[in-house]
Amino acid sequence: MALLLEQLLNGLQLGVMLFLLAAGLTLVFGIMGVINLAQGSLYMVGAFAGAALAARTGSATLSLLGGIAAAAAVGMAMELAVLRRLYRRGHLDQVLATFGMILFLNQAMTMLAGRQPLFVAVPPALEGAVEIIPGVPYPVYRLAIIAVGILVAAGLWLLIQRTRLGMLVRAGATNREMVRALGVDIRLLYTLVFGLGALLAGLAGVMAGPVFSVQVGMGEQILITTFVVVVIGGIGSVRGAFAGAMLVGLVDTLLRAFLPDLLRGAIGGPDADALAGGLASMGIYLLMAIVLLVRPRGLFPAHA
Amino acid sequence: MLHRRGLLAAGALGGAALVASPLARPALAQAAPVRIGMITSLSGPGAYLGQDIRDGFLLAIEQGGGKLGGTPVALLVEDDGLKPGQGKQIAERFVGNEKIRLLTGIVFSNVLGAVLPDVLDAGAVYASPNASPSNFAGRDCHRNYWSIAWQNDSLHESAGQAAQNLGHKRMFLLAANYQAGRDAIAGFRRMYKGEVLGEIYTRLDQTDYAAELARIRAARPDAVYQFHPGGLGIAFLRQYAQAGLAELVPQVVAAPSMDSTTLAAVGEAALGMTVGSHWNSDFDVPASRAFVAAFRAKYDRLPTYYAQQGFDTALAIGGAFRNGGADLADTEAFRKGMLKADFASTRGRFRFGPNQHPVQDWFMLKVERGADGKPALVTKAKILSDHGDAYAAQCRL
Repeated sequence: MALLLEQLLNGLQLGVMLFLLAAGLTLVFGIMGVINLAQGSLYMVGAFAGAALAARTGSATLSLLGGIAAAAAVGMAMELAVLRRLYRRGHLDQVLATFGMILFLNQAMTMLAGRQPLFVAVPPALEGAVEIIPGVPYPVYRLAIIAVGILVAAGLWLLIQRTRLGMLVRAGATNREMVRALGVDIRLLYTLVFGLGALLAGLAGVMAGPVFSVQVGMGEQILITTFVVVVIGGIGSVRGAFAGAMLVGLVDTLLRAFLPDLLRGAIGGPDADALAGGLASMGIYLLMAIVLLVRPRGLFPAHA
Repeated sequence: MLHRRGLLAAGALGGAALVASPLARPALAQAAPVRIGMITSLSGPGAYLGQDIRDGFLLAIEQGGGKLGGTPVALLVEDDGLKPGQGKQIAERFVGNEKIRLLTGIVFSNVLGAVLPDVLDAGAVYASPNASPSNFAGRDCHRNYWSIAWQNDSLHESAGQAAQNLGHKRMFLLAANYQAGRDAIAGFRRMYKGEVLGEIYTRLDQTDYAAELARIRAARPDAVYQFHPGGLGIAFLRQYAQAGLAELVPQVVAAPSMDSTTLAAVGEAALGMTVGSHWNSDFDVPASRAFVAAFRAKYDRLPTYYAQQGFDTALAIGGAFRNGGADLADTEAFRKGMLKADFASTRGRFRFGPNQHPVQDWFMLKVERGADGKPALVTKAKILSDHGDAYAAQCRL
């Protein structure tokens, strides 16, 4: 029972991480109609900026602020310089351009920071583990990730449902031309939305620093899973991204955790381990296929 | 799918510097340098491994004044981006258009598998500074194929022997789910005779190991063996320590899961780990001490064992050149020279077995606090002497 609870927490934490990346991706795709493959690179920018600041200043707060600021700045610069020219073009052009941005940002980061993975310490206040479940110490840092993720989700909901900016965002997603005809600077709005998406990716990157490996190419590792989350949740829907991320996080973690023991009951040791490994790797893609079969536009489509 | 390709500026610079140095000596200017083609991984998640192999190799050439074993050489470096297809294209260009007769540099076995047939079919020689999969050590061994590193399994056999020597009775094994991961667990189990509580194959694109760590905690093993090279291992080790497992369950691993770069990125989380390896930067061998000092002076970082293998590969090639193998049109003469292993290896004792793979000693290292208070790899004991590999018997040369 304690093991199940621990694994549920693990799934929740993975889901929260995925949500931060997927929220930006889905906003940009749903509202601006742009497929941004470079979302993973913004995550990398956030992680590197956070790691560099933490190493130089030793301050976790500065590292956090600097990391998300760097990612947002790079994201907005990218929107101004590259994406602005692509809104009227097809998805293929956008994919090519943002793929090019991945190569560009990876190489730029190699020249700036080198190929060696960076060391990032857990902030002293978040070190150690607490026994929220008796007998199972759980790392405080992972609990903090879960808390931050849920706060961000709530904040995004408030922003989009309750503020004037959020209203414009929703209106822009529904009918771009009408919003422009009413005198709203839609280009500025797009830059802001893209910056927000980049900021969330940067936040994920800074938080990933002490847990994952901070190195060039780290964004591509997590990008595919993030797209799976967006597709499951319904493209353009932040609510969908949250549900999709939680679902993917939990399914992936629980399959990896319990499938081998379940299969061992049926077949022999090493074979069961190998088969379970294979099935667990397929798990989230199977989930995506099933969701698409039942609800072809995802769980919470934005423009239903 | 998303790796960068391209020629590395630093490699081109290094090559230019090497071409320049023989020109400085008029007497040698007419002797065209022997060109060596290096295909290695300089982008993607394994980039620092290729960088270290290249830098170690370049250091050996620089120390020889632009020569290896008295023969002027020029090194051409290309990035395979950890993609077998890309490596194959570079190899075709090297042996086809450029007529290069000696290749080296590949980090990953899957790239080597794609490249090697082309190189050998063209009658060229390949000297491996790292990847050495089992088939090329056994059935498919070749007169023109050399490994100066080890056979892949030997790394993990040394970890298995270390676990056996430490008296661990119940162990939990994890490895990344690809060929080298499966070889790793097979190699470990060849030497480890205790009980295996569980085997987990993790995904190659996995970044979060919480589910696996919870299973380890529930199984309560004496020790854990895991094989996660490069960035995967860094994420695994950090999360292992953060989950509080580092104090409860010690780890016994092979060198690829814990090199000095991994250690710098992981820090305190690695304290107490046992590592099986063929070389360590604290070796009390004159050649090794000189190499570590020169490498630190030139590149301002501690060499990993990849750098050491790049360096030893260059020295081994120099040994072959010195012993009558400098004309690569005659690969048999090169082979005769190479077989002597006439070079001062940084590992101390080194010779080639019948399948042209190393026969060498293996050591147990431990991660402890160094003199400066930072975690460092410290050599503890020799665990295997004159150890070759399990596939040599299948090789008919």
